[in-house]
Amino acid sequence: MKAAVVVFPGTNCEHDVAWALGIAGADAHLVWHRETDLSDFDGIVLPGGFAHGDYLRTGAIARFSPIMDEVKRRAEEGVPVLGICNGFQVLCEAHLLPGAFHQNRDLTFICRPIHLRVEDTDSILTRAAEVGQVLTIPLNSYEGNFTVHDPAAMRGRVLARYADATGSVDDESNPNGSVDNIAAISNPAGNVAGIMPHPERAVEEILGSVDGLVLMRSFVESMEPARV
Amino acid sequence: MKVTIVVRRRPEISDPQGTTVSRALSDMGFAGVGTVRINKEIELEVEGDDTADVERRVTEMCERLLANPVMDDFEIRVAE
Amino acid sequence: MSDPVDPDEEPVHRLLGLTDEEFETIGGILGRSPSDAELAMYSVMWSEHCSYKSSRPHLGRFPTQAPWVVVGPGENAGVVDLGDGWLAALRIESHNHPSFVEPYQGAATGVGGILRDVFTMGARPIALWNQIRFGSLDDAHNRYLFSGVVAGIAGYGNAVGVPTLGGEIAFEECYTGNPLVNVMCLGVLRREQLVLGTAGTEGSVAVLLGNATGRDGIGGASVLASASFDETSGTKRPSVQVGDPFEEKKLIEACLELYDKGLVVGVQDLGAAGLSCACSEPAARAGMGMDVDLDAVHTREPDMTAPELLMSESQERMMAFVAPDRLEAVLEVARRWEIDAAVVGTVTTGGTLTVRHNGEVVAELPADSLSEAAPVYKRPTGEPIWLAGLWNNTMDLLTPPSVDEALLRLLDDPSIADARWVYEQYDHMLFLNTVIEPGHDASLIRIKGTSKGLAVSTDGNGRHCYLDPRRGGARLVYEAGLNVALTGAEPMAVVDNLNFGNPEKPEVMWQFRETIEGISEACEVLSTPVIGGNVSFYNETDGNDIFPTPVIGLLGLADPMPAHPPRLDGARAGMELWMFGSQRSRNLAGSAFEKVIAGHVGGRPSAPDAVMARGVIEVAIHNARLGLAPAVHDISDGGAAVAIAEMCIRSGVGATVQFTDWVGLFAENPHRFIAAVPADVASDLETLAARWDVPVTRLGHFGGTEIRFENGGPESASVGLAEATERWREAIPRRLAGG
Repeated sequence: MKAAVVVFPGTNCEHDVAWALGIAGADAHLVWHRETDLSDFDGIVLPGGFAHGDYLRTGAIARFSPIMDEVKRRAEEGVPVLGICNGFQVLCEAHLLPGAFHQNRDLTFICRPIHLRVEDTDSILTRAAEVGQVLTIPLNSYEGNFTVHDPAAMRGRVLARYADATGSVDDESNPNGSVDNIAAISNPAGNVAGIMPHPERAVEEILGSVDGLVLMRSFVESMEPARV
Repeated sequence: MKVTIVVRRRPEISDPQGTTVSRALSDMGFAGVGTVRINKEIELEVEGDDTADVERRVTEMCERLLANPVMDDFEIRVAE
Repeated sequence: MSDPVDPDEEPVHRLLGLTDEEFETIGGILGRSPSDAELAMYSVMWSEHCSYKSSRPHLGRFPTQAPWVVVGPGENAGVVDLGDGWLAALRIESHNHPSFVEPYQGAATGVGGILRDVFTMGARPIALWNQIRFGSLDDAHNRYLFSGVVAGIAGYGNAVGVPTLGGEIAFEECYTGNPLVNVMCLGVLRREQLVLGTAGTEGSVAVLLGNATGRDGIGGASVLASASFDETSGTKRPSVQVGDPFEEKKLIEACLELYDKGLVVGVQDLGAAGLSCACSEPAARAGMGMDVDLDAVHTREPDMTAPELLMSESQERMMAFVAPDRLEAVLEVARRWEIDAAVVGTVTTGGTLTVRHNGEVVAELPADSLSEAAPVYKRPTGEPIWLAGLWNNTMDLLTPPSVDEALLRLLDDPSIADARWVYEQYDHMLFLNTVIEPGHDASLIRIKGTSKGLAVSTDGNGRHCYLDPRRGGARLVYEAGLNVALTGAEPMAVVDNLNFGNPEKPEVMWQFRETIEGISEACEVLSTPVIGGNVSFYNETDGNDIFPTPVIGLLGLADPMPAHPPRLDGARAGMELWMFGSQRSRNLAGSAFEKVIAGHVGGRPSAPDAVMARGVIEVAIHNARLGLAPAVHDISDGGAAVAIAEMCIRSGVGATVQFTDWVGLFAENPHRFIAAVPADVASDLETLAARWDVPVTRLGHFGGTEIRFENGGPESASVGLAEATERWREAIPRRLAGG
């Protein structure tokens, strides 16, 4: 199972994502943003970081990178596409996912483990998880505050929300001001997903949590071999 | 009065954001784009009807808060 | 007199910071008057910052040798051997003055510079720390500086993609007009990737990589321009440099690819002294010269003069030295990573550095004269006349304090309180190596694919060093050594950042010399050679010097890394509470208690004890390796009372502690730590401590929702865990919210 990990100039989580995909059972390859052919890959991940320095608007310049047309084409073919953190922002800018991000409610960068409540398991990111499951996963972003024109239209497409340790979703458990505590979403088909926290940072006991593994495994299980 | 302030990095101070946008535009095929500078525009509603007085007060606001005196220039436009 | 300038005007060399003697020395080297470009180069290379001309005579005292030292002081970073072909590179540097002028960019460019020092050596930077010191947070400008520096470190470090694992924060009045911003970077590399700052052999070409060159950081050159030549070129020179972490990230990846492919013979980063340094030092190290063509330098602004190009400190630039047949491959790597590259020079034999601009030779000088011929000053030293009075001026409390009240006030002190507001703004998890995160005594980082863990601690204490620089300096090394040992790591090497006042004052040079003596003595005891350092002088405001503030960064190696290294937050109800180390701990001189509770700084801190230091470190290492006590914490600021409270708060459990008198609770005598001990390991731990002759005191046990201190008398006191937690957590956010 071959996964492409897309590297824009300024991406910085590519090695971590490749490492975690390896633990989850995939064969991960780094692919530079100027490449235009991803037909060989069974899944695509846009990792976190600061693509093009996050200058102008986060994800705005990366969206026009040569590789993005190919990411769209493969997404339309049903190939699993996952955006993590900055990758999620790029997918929104590219209109593969709805919504946009602005600065955290408290205007500071946030790096700490938070709790997520799984809301929907019909996606490449959550198929191995259970609805209501609470996961502890690190958040690491400055512009992580998700907003969408019509939150009601997100029904069935919200994969996870910020919660407290018991799974209760409220303002208190919302770290960054995201609308309806939204932390992860998918497209209607469920094959394109974005998540703001970093599941790849929670895959080994020595690092404090293994709760990200169920998400990384969901993604790997969703990949079908491109060629037999 | 409505006041518009443009805060600019001084021209001799580097603007990495502008440089990156310039490069991206040329990458996308927009030829002939040279230096790009990204500035900040601030709009204020200020009470008062004496333009000179409003300008003086807004200048002080810029010097003390809205602009960074060590690296920015600013320009004030007052619409009556 | 050879003074060429009319008497009404200050001569150019003085405006550039060169003394008349230095100016004459330059004339002697060249056999003629220097050109403007030459004067520019000598002035930056012979500056205190680049030449260490006041500090060098004393720095020779440091022990720098050990079998595991691969590269010692003098290169861009120190390098040690971790075994199995792995090396670690470590470097620390200050960015004090730029951070005062513009806190965000000053701190950000400090981070950028320290990263370049490390990846210049061929290492991938894997972690950053910073040691930042400000005046009181009760002052609005200090709050502005503090939050700006933290935002700048976060903004640059997070974007460039190197985790920041914390460091130190301290607040003291003496830093009000002169904050200290020290940054430290650790990198790892395989032995075959090690690159040195050498220009290589004849015919090698110098390739300038990265940002375009602008008129950054050349206050001196603007003096030159206005005083003597080219009055039409740029009228304003920026005193503030803007960091570009995006460019730096590309530069890191491009350079690491160049090293991987073996395409370069040497690399030098461009920091202070810019091109002047990047051309001369590698050539001098190789015993070669160089022809440099300034017209090839890619610039950000038009009409830059030769002195401006040579002195510019524009950020995110590197110089690679390349064999001619590899040049095309190097340029291809630069194109792929989307960074600019320009061939600006060729290495020559004979040792002459020749610089051309607009087709004409503007400088021609011996390359090694810029570094090796730099002046050295033996500045006078003298013990401060006020020192004896300070030692006699011990704290005098009319009535004993109430222990609970004192503890709560200490927990509310921003230098002791929870630093979460700071480190949660730093990405401290990237690279999936962070085993012990910020908020503990030391950081612990694994090296993937090996059994190795690297532990790092950074420590400074201006008050102790002010009261006794030699004891203070030594105790910092021991404290850092104990901190890394608590994770199971053996102390290995030290870097130091020596922040001092005005070196022209004999008492400042005395503090400097004494500090170096203390650090050296402790490094000899722990067998931790000094592999690099930085000196920052002239930290003063209105003639008042800062406390002498050396900062120690200590690297330890745990191989194998313990499977479950002890943590601060691992205490559980039912565990016993033990203290390791000396029981005769009665010295409050320079302590947090003395400052926070009594508003006093005086007395003489206790001397370190080399034998006890080594013994406690051994006990700590073996405790971690054998997996005995799961929770440990060293005793430092605030003494045993604060150490116990911090363990309780972090573990979410109360404690009951027996004590004899309150002084012992707040004294900061060195070589001590607290441990939470489960019953089943008690006898093993006692055996371990006895083996190293380290006293053990059973102070009490963990449990309940209160931190209780009992001595059977009226001094007994108790603090609710919830209240202690609240005070400690909110101390910094509360002050930043406006006082």
